[in-house]
Amino acid sequence: MSFPWAKPYEPTHPLMKWMDEKLPIPRLVYNATGPGYPVPRNLNYFWNFGVLAGAALMIQIITGIVLAMHYAANASVAFNSVEHIMRDVNAGWFIRYAHMNGASMFFIVVYLHIFRGLYYGSYKAPREMVWLLGVVIFLLMMATAFMGYVLPWGQMSFWGAQVITGFFSAIPIVGEPVREWLLGGFVPDNATLNRFFSLHYLLPFVILGVIILHIWALHIPGSSNPTGIEVKDEQDTVPFHPYYTAKDGFGVGIFLLIFVALTFFSPNALGHADNYIPANSLSTPAHIVPEWYFLPFYAILKAFTFNFLWIDAKLWGVIAMFGSIALLFFLPWLDSSPIKSSNYRPLYRIFFWILVVDVLLLGWCGMQPAEQPWVILSQLGAIYYFAHFLVILPIVSRIERPLPMPNSITEAVLAKHATDTSSASATA
Amino acid sequence: MASESELNAGIEDGVRRRDFINIAAVSFAGVGAVAVVLPLLNQMNPSADVLALSTTEIDISAIQPGQAIKTSWRKQPVFVRNLVAKEIAEAKAVPLGDLRDPETIDQRTKPGKENWLITLGVCTHLGCVPLGAAEGENKGDFGGYFCPCHGSHYDTAARIRKGPAPKNLVVPPYEFNSDTVVTIG
Repeated sequence: MSFPWAKPYEPTHPLMKWMDEKLPIPRLVYNATGPGYPVPRNLNYFWNFGVLAGAALMIQIITGIVLAMHYAANASVAFNSVEHIMRDVNAGWFIRYAHMNGASMFFIVVYLHIFRGLYYGSYKAPREMVWLLGVVIFLLMMATAFMGYVLPWGQMSFWGAQVITGFFSAIPIVGEPVREWLLGGFVPDNATLNRFFSLHYLLPFVILGVIILHIWALHIPGSSNPTGIEVKDEQDTVPFHPYYTAKDGFGVGIFLLIFVALTFFSPNALGHADNYIPANSLSTPAHIVPEWYFLPFYAILKAFTFNFLWIDAKLWGVIAMFGSIALLFFLPWLDSSPIKSSNYRPLYRIFFWILVVDVLLLGWCGMQPAEQPWVILSQLGAIYYFAHFLVILPIVSRIERPLPMPNSITEAVLAKHATDTSSASATA
Repeated sequence: MASESELNAGIEDGVRRRDFINIAAVSFAGVGAVAVVLPLLNQMNPSADVLALSTTEIDISAIQPGQAIKTSWRKQPVFVRNLVAKEIAEAKAVPLGDLRDPETIDQRTKPGKENWLITLGVCTHLGCVPLGAAEGENKGDFGGYFCPCHGSHYDTAARIRKGPAPKNLVVPPYEFNSDTVVTIG
């Protein structure tokens, strides 16, 4: 599970030897995140985001467990119990704001983690399984975040639950019964709130389980790196500890600075004022939008305003929205180029950045009302999104001429070092 | 330990006693697992108290022509609209072939009471409450209802005309108890 030159775990203290025979957890840690795990020497700061996502999950689990001690999952008191947390519970405002903004921070780092993977080809062989498990984690995160957003039982909570469970009613024939089964009624109500609370508490631990599989699958080939060239020998690597524990520790520090700045200085910046109005099943807020991290997918849903072939607009919207994520499962096989890093892929690199802009555009359209010009922009954005994966990527990976590549990670690092020093001496 | 010959004793056509016991035990465990899963899934369906809220009586005497009210049935919003002659005429003027979900206004109202349009206030797209029932709200391009969530427009018979919704607003089961009282459900 590691390179042959990995430093072996050799406990010296009798207690550690005793432990190693009974339950070798210290050995596991040593070989996974310690000196016994060699990692490419050239990882840049984009390789911090996996650890940051793990940190964000732990913050969510800890603040969430504490919030559950004060929250009441009953439709008649849920809204007030959140206000009780905000006003009466000691430090309750802080813990709830941390949990609210922690969800946004979790998605920010996960989106950067995903786009890192897209830029550097981290989804390619031999790391396809790492990518597939990552998409599973992403789906679980979306389900968890959605159910968590329902719990305060404000207007956005209620209407979010109504709209998102409405996706299932698009399924022909069984759709409506499935929706009633999910809700436990005809509209979101107490039964819905209770089951969402139960699942919102469960799913983070399922995510934790899949993260363990994600890391396990990663540690078989080891991390990729910015050159995309696989590790060839010992000089290409450094031990995880202390090199990357230090680098990740620094990243966690920056992450926490941004996180606390958001939590303390503008805790509601990413939320919606309507969610401070108690749920009302007879009045939809004038402008209903999901949380920011769902906006690109919401824009794809809204892009379908017309029936096409024998499928109606509603079902198309739902298929396209789920399809836009399901597509990611096929990515390792849609991109057939053996070159991983976009640094050596001049053509793909251009389309990568267009995709970034396209997703941002879709996110912007998702925020807007269902009117022109937003509808047409969402439609163009959605078409481009699917075209990127299904048309552009397979073609580009066939016709592209990659740039000349170094022979090894070490050669790339030393070449960069040489140009850095020569330009430094030239300016001196 | 029993020898191979002892284990195979008394078998015909190659099937051992142990194979039968194995298949029987695993099958029975499978049946048991399914029997346990059914109630675990069924518990999520609407419970008896939710289903019990199935009829609502409404007094419609105060609704003037051109007005509409919002009430609720099974916790879902219901629109009761007193159509004026012009709105009925508009609805009748539309050829059925132009409709996404073809229904005449007569099919959507009770005989002799075609000015009373009673529908659920639940957009058939993703379930928002459309605007247009209250005074001054946007009635959409066709003078009926407009759903602001994803831009579905309904006409004066609450039929879908434009936007992503697949169906007309649902007409719930209802009866006129008298000229002024309606029971929904």
